[in-house]
Amino acid sequence: MIRATIGGGLVILALVFISLVVGNTEIDHNPLNWFGGVNDQGDQDLEILTLSRIPRTIALILAGISLSVAGLIMQMLVRNKFVEPATTGTVEWASLGLLLCLIFAPGLSVIIKMVVACLFALFGTGLFMLLLQRIDIRSDAIVPLVGLIYAAVIGAAIAFVADQAELMQSIWVWIQGDFSMVLQGRYELLWFAGCLGVVAYITADQFTLAGLGKNMSENLGLNYTLVFIWGILLVSVISGITVATVGVIPFLGLVVPNLVSLIVGDNLRYALPWVAVTGAALILLCDIVARLITFPYEIPIGTIMGVIGSLLFLYLLLRSEPHGQS
Amino acid sequence: MDNLELNDVRLINSGSSKRLRTYFASPPGRLAAAVAIAVLSVLLFLTLNVKAGWEFTLMFRGKKLLTLLAVAFAISVASLLFQTLTQNRILTPAIMGFDSLYMLIQTTMVFLLGSFAFSDFNVYGKWLIEVSVMTGSLCSLYLFVLYRQQQSLFVLVLVGVILGVFFHSLSALLQRMMNPTEFTVLQDALFASFNAADSHLLILSGIMIAITCLFCFRMHAVLDTVALGQPIATNLGISYKPFLLLTLALISVLVSVATALVGPVTFFGLLVVNLAYYLAGTSRHRYLIPMSVTIGVICLVAGEVILQHGFSFNTRLSILIEFIGGLFFLILVLNRRFA
Repeated sequence: MIRATIGGGLVILALVFISLVVGNTEIDHNPLNWFGGVNDQGDQDLEILTLSRIPRTIALILAGISLSVAGLIMQMLVRNKFVEPATTGTVEWASLGLLLCLIFAPGLSVIIKMVVACLFALFGTGLFMLLLQRIDIRSDAIVPLVGLIYAAVIGAAIAFVADQAELMQSIWVWIQGDFSMVLQGRYELLWFAGCLGVVAYITADQFTLAGLGKNMSENLGLNYTLVFIWGILLVSVISGITVATVGVIPFLGLVVPNLVSLIVGDNLRYALPWVAVTGAALILLCDIVARLITFPYEIPIGTIMGVIGSLLFLYLLLRSEPHGQS
Repeated sequence: MDNLELNDVRLINSGSSKRLRTYFASPPGRLAAAVAIAVLSVLLFLTLNVKAGWEFTLMFRGKKLLTLLAVAFAISVASLLFQTLTQNRILTPAIMGFDSLYMLIQTTMVFLLGSFAFSDFNVYGKWLIEVSVMTGSLCSLYLFVLYRQQQSLFVLVLVGVILGVFFHSLSALLQRMMNPTEFTVLQDALFASFNAADSHLLILSGIMIAITCLFCFRMHAVLDTVALGQPIATNLGISYKPFLLLTLALISVLVSVATALVGPVTFFGLLVVNLAYYLAGTSRHRYLIPMSVTIGVICLVAGEVILQHGFSFNTRLSILIEFIGGLFFLILVLNRRFA
């Protein structure tokens, strides 16, 4: 366990270092020279770092942590391993909220837009839960299937509204997960999402219990409804914030908890820190790939995550099925 | 049998208006009414608001009409068969990654050939590549998942959906690595459009769709049995798995041809088939197949008429249908009208 922790820590440190160094403008590869202020080069490096590279790396880590934690909570509440906010319509509803802001009140401040996105996400998640109660779940595959179609429906609604308002292109660019616009002063709200990840850790035991199902957890003395609403609230707010600041990063919340639960199991209090660390590592890795694959240009991280995440999802899906778990 | 006699007695005892009403409540009557509406919308489509010369208008609109009809036939029959196989009313083959596979093929071709070679490329060659890659890969997917393990179809569908996401992301990745000229050429090829079909391709696709649909219709009795589910169908003497594969192959052909013709349409089939179930008044495929085709024709043709002459909507019919079909899906799920 200790060895694993140290190993994980080293991997993260290495990724953080690469994330700071890789970029269009070259900076000195020796961190000791960053703060020396010995010459102009050093000052310039420091400026690039504080304005762009450090905010970006922090934003990545915060988004990685909060998104994978949100995915894990969602999986506990729905009691299905194959869901996450981006495959259950939550993220699409948040995007729809943003689009409506863009159309009817383009001048709103970022915070208000974010609140609207969160409210839409909340409504959408609630509607999805309502849908789930109404369907007859015969196979593990039905829940993510309904979620994906539901998300696609909202996607069609977004396309319809955006097409009418001739905003197709701008909403598309905005929604696509991308950290290239993250600068100092443009990402700070993600700290709030990160805090929610910590809050989730504090209340982790409740979610573990809720994951046993309504009847069982109520027998064990849990106020199921309250925990359920609390969980949905966490997930929606995290989705709303991340969509509004950096766009949609698909599959992160789905793949990370699954990979972690293969190794450490489902007790959230043990699993959550691992989920957070793995989420941060995976998103850092994808962002580095996104920046290097067409260097000196870069590709939105949402695209890279889509390719890698869907492949991992397929692996998880086909791996789990032969045991007759459906 | 008893039922029939009762109906006959009723028919004899009632007046002619009542007889008419009974006729229109029966499956063939409902079908006849739907066909009448479809014919009417086709006529309206061809003749309404003609401004240029008749000859030109009829040529132009006729070509578009044929495209709409081909798509309506292919997508409606494919979706109906797919829902029968899966015994589930919320599924269509189109959500299983067909459209994104189409996108990926187009993108890869532009990416590998460059925009000039892509524009000059023989249309038949392009069509052949698209249809064979789509049919081939979808069939091998079914084979892989179905034979690898005794699998619920839901897993198969989910695998299809996720593959769709994968194809989609992969083509997005390739598009990001293209230069702007290539990207513009590609964008023209990607949007579902009922205007752009090539007339030779149209005839070729039309013939293929017609033959496949006819073949599907001839299987209506077997389909009725399969709709009861695998155990019952097997008990009644259907060799289930070969039939499943045959039907899935037919569905792949239909959807591939339609998609290669006009580009992706996702929720259209869902909408059409559910309306057909609701309006046909029977579960027999003898009526269901023509009914869903007719409703498909009405949706597309009447939809075009209304969009063009009724409103000056500047939206695409495909986007509108996606949206309505999507809402319809939600209502269906909430009403538990499926599975």
